[in-house]
Amino acid sequence: MAINPIKKPVEILLGEDNPGDVYLVRSSLTDSQLNHSFYHVNDGEEVMAYLHHQKGYQNVFLPDLILLDLNLPKKNGFEVLAEIKADPKLKIIPVIILTSSNTAKDIQKSYQLCANSYIVKPADYFAFFQAIKNLEMFWLDLVKLPFKSSVNTN
Amino acid sequence: MNFYQAKQPLDILVCEDNLGDVYIITNSLKNSEIKYNLHHVANGEAAIDYLQQLGDYKNISRPDLILLDLNLPKKHGFEVLKEIKSDIKLKSIPVVILTSSQAEQDVLKSYELYCSCFVTKPFELKEFVRAIQKIEKFWLNLVQLPPKLAPNG
Repeated sequence: MAINPIKKPVEILLGEDNPGDVYLVRSSLTDSQLNHSFYHVNDGEEVMAYLHHQKGYQNVFLPDLILLDLNLPKKNGFEVLAEIKADPKLKIIPVIILTSSNTAKDIQKSYQLCANSYIVKPADYFAFFQAIKNLEMFWLDLVKLPFKSSVNTN
Repeated sequence: MNFYQAKQPLDILVCEDNLGDVYIITNSLKNSEIKYNLHHVANGEAAIDYLQQLGDYKNISRPDLILLDLNLPKKHGFEVLKEIKSDIKLKSIPVVILTSSQAEQDVLKSYELYCSCFVTKPFELKEFVRAIQKIEKFWLNLVQLPPKLAPNG
């Protein structure tokens, strides 16, 4: 694994089953000045298929950043998070929990499973937009992400 | 274990041996709308003593967020990070690596050891201040930090 010296777009993978939330995240990122590519999958099994280059995902790059809902069909966010953080190849990818839950139990469990951060989805459109902008300014503009080598690492 | 949501003021622990950097961090956070207490330790051993509430740090409350330099005296930042993330009581505390290094192996190793994120200190003072303000804006204003352990928990 190597950090790519050429600045390629930051690849963001969103695991989210609510089409409204997908739309909000996508449109908040669309007018970004920062170079990125956005990918989306609907359930927990698809997240893992994507990350393991299975099913239709043989040729995808590993994402640089994962935004993960907790309440996902087929495999919930906690299971997905646990699998990512136990996998030597995948564990370095930052996983940001993006959920409507603000219970202490879910927050604590996410951090115990090594979530990189935890964001509660704001209830109104403008605040949601602001939250994604804030996230973007931090993770895409300031943070050093663990970029991978140019081809998939299988 | 009983938890309660992290309430203001938040406790932030800065592990940093360069006093100039501590000064910049302190000043950059001064205008935050979020109430916080900033605590500072100057080496890796003191960081662990602080977090384990040992010696001089018996009565402190555990921090809600840690800013950790890598190149620390007595115990390196990687060692500190590893100890935090292998301790069930400490591992949920987010650790922001804040270092002058931008070496690929340091970035990868930090993420392998489950840091929350890796930030390289900019050389320019103005950029350094902006970096700290971005950390503040994201971690103090947006992120839901882990619930604190209840005192009897």
